[in-house]
Order: sequence, then C-alpha cells, then structure tokens
Amino acid sequence: MPSLKDVKMKIVGVGKTKQITKAMGMVASAKLRGAQSRIERFRPYAAKYRQVIGELAAKVDGVSHPLLTEHEEKKRCCIILVTSDRGLCGGFNAGIIAEGLRLARERTAEGMEVSFLCVGRKGRDAIRKSGFALGTSFGDRMGSVDFPLASAVAVEVIHAYEKLELDEVWLVYGEFLSMAKQPPASLRLLPLKAPGAESGPDSGPQCEYVYEPSEAKLLEDLLPRYVKVQVYSGLLDTAASEHAARMAAMDNATRNCDELINTLTLLYNKTRQASITSELIDIVGGAEALKG
Amino acid sequence: MATLRLEVVTPDKTVVSTDAEMVICPGVVGEFGVLPHHVSLLSALKIGNLRYRANGKDEEVFISGGFVDVNNNICSVLAESAEHARDIDTRRALAAKERAEQRLARREEDLDEVRAQVALQRALMRLQIAGV
Repeated sequence: MPSLKDVKMKIVGVGKTKQITKAMGMVASAKLRGAQSRIERFRPYAAKYRQVIGELAAKVDGVSHPLLTEHEEKKRCCIILVTSDRGLCGGFNAGIIAEGLRLARERTAEGMEVSFLCVGRKGRDAIRKSGFALGTSFGDRMGSVDFPLASAVAVEVIHAYEKLELDEVWLVYGEFLSMAKQPPASLRLLPLKAPGAESGPDSGPQCEYVYEPSEAKLLEDLLPRYVKVQVYSGLLDTAASEHAARMAAMDNATRNCDELINTLTLLYNKTRQASITSELIDIVGGAEALKG
Repeated sequence: MATLRLEVVTPDKTVVSTDAEMVICPGVVGEFGVLPHHVSLLSALKIGNLRYRANGKDEEVFISGGFVDVNNNICSVLAESAEHARDIDTRRALAAKERAEQRLARREEDLDEVRAQVALQRALMRLQIAGV
C-alpha cells in the first residue's frame, strides 16, 4: 500500500501535467486558427494560378518545357518531406515519415537513387537515422512558414531537375482535410502535370486572349512559379495539420489526466480510510488491554 | 462611370480589391493601361509600380513581378509580394538595397548575380514608390 503522502504528491503531479497539456492544447488551437486563415488567404492565389496555367497549357499544346517533360531514364528521385519541428502531436509526424519511407523504398525497388529534402526537424532526424541520403534540410521553419521558404525549396529542385540531376520529385506532407483528419499525402511535383482547365460554364471559349509576351514564354515564366505555389500549399497544409493533430493529442492527454486523477483520488481516500481503521483498531485494542 | 474590378493577390493576402476606373500595369514588354471592358489579356509583369484610379483618387502599388489576367472586366494581378505605397517599409528596403549593393561590389566567386540584381531592383523600386 503506498503511503498517503506519496499518493497526494502523485495527484498534485498529474494535476500539473494536466495544466500543461491543457495550455498546450489552447496554444495549438490559437495557432491553428492562424494557420487556417493563411490557407484561406492563399486559396484565391492558388486557384487563379491553377486556372491560368490550365488554360495556357491547353493552348500551347505540344510545346515542351523542361519541367513538363519526363526524363527518359529515371535514375534519381528526390522526396521533399514536410514535417513539423516539434513532437507531442500524436502520430502525425510518424505517419508522414512512414509515407515518405514507403515511397522511398518503392522508388529504390524500381532502381532509383532516392534522396530526401526535409522541411521540419522531425523528418530530418528520422531520415538521418533511416540511412537514406539527406540533401538540404530546413529546420525550425515550420513556425513561420512563408512564401520565400517555399520558393527556396522549389528553386532547389527546379534547378536540379533542369540540370538533369533529378528525374522525379515528390512532395510528402500532411494534408489538412478537417480538424479530425490529417492523413499523410504524397504528390508528384516534377515532372509537372499541368492542371486540366476547368470546364465550367464561364471558362468555355470566349473571345481571343491577348498574350504578352508569347504563350510559350509566359508558360516558361509561370511553370516554376506554379511549383512554388504547390510547395507553399503543402507547407501551409502541414502547418495547419500539425496544430490540429497537436490539439487532438493534447485533448486526449488532458482527458487521461482527469481519469488518472480520479483513480488516484479514490486510492488516496482508500488509503486514508485504511490508516484510520488501523489506528482505531490500535486504540480499541489498547483500551481493551488496559481494561483487562 | 464605367469601372473594372481590380484584385491584387499575393500568397499571403489580397492587397487590393476594388472597383477602378483605370489600371496601369508594368508589363515586361512595356507599361500598359487597362480600361473597363478591356479585351481578355494575360501578361507577365516586371518589378515595378502598378497604378490605378478608384473613385477619382490615384493609388500606387509596388509589385515584385508576377502576371496579370484581364477577363470579363476583372483585372487580377498575381504577385509574390505587393504593397501599397504608404505601407512600404522604407528602412527594410534601404537595408536590402545596401545588402544587394555590397554583394554586387564584392564580386565573390559564388555570387548569384541575377539574384542580387533582382533584389537591388526590388529595393530601388520600393524606395522610388515610397518617395524616398
């Protein structure tokens, strides 16, 4: 039987843990709101890009751009792994890393050399241990995801792809579907697949477009930017997913703390009762002995 | 008076969303004006200033390149960064200008000249628009 003091200390300790998990959950929910509103603000930009590139790509059919062409020999593959910098968010990072490694093994089985480019400390650490080649990595940046970061990541793979140093580029990140669902997702970044032009009623053939400079030149300018846009949306999604996952994890932890406190309080009361009972037996026994 | 919808969007926010009487864009092949009911147009933009007139008032916006899509009387400008003339951080722009100039002056081996030039251009344009 644990002593009364031990149990009391344990209750206090669990109570403190609960305070921390609760606070972390609240911080995560505040950050999630920020991350979500950034996704919202980015959406018009991304949507417009998709629409314009789709229209352009349909017009300049047959024009080959280095980012659109598949390399004949596929030897080297780069996986951009986007994870969070901090843990304590449930299985969120583990899921993304597992997806990345699965993809890497699949590519290796196809005879490709795989290297990783990591954004976020958790992924970087895991890849270091896994034995796969690790290229540039960006740590401690998930707290302040911005377009220049996405740009830096995208420019690196674009250059390598254009110089034929890479034959395929994948992006693995945590997709933000809802508060409760953030599955790991993978997306082939390069060679780029132009988004199909949406065939809504108002995007049908209207009057002729004027292009300045030529369509091909415009496409050349826009495609690299489109890669950046995709990387950025992956980063934003991961950031939001991280906070949502952490919120859920901390909610769970807080609930577990409550449960633990209940059990411990019960134990405390039982222990207290037991000690009172034994003291009473002592007193009664003593009194009986004196009477005797 | 006829107007057209002007939207200036960056990855972080929508900078301008207004009805304008006229827009002047810094196109890569030269500045051009867009009036209401302009023919559909898609043009790349260079680093420069975008001017527009809304409610009889002239406004100036810094654009760090991008492109403009004019369609259905909506003029949407997509830029990696854009700021109203009054929102330009002149101190930051000055610092960026000095940094770029230093990099260009030192002429180190691994100098990314194009990048430094572009950074310098951006800083100079910001300063010019802010009126420093």
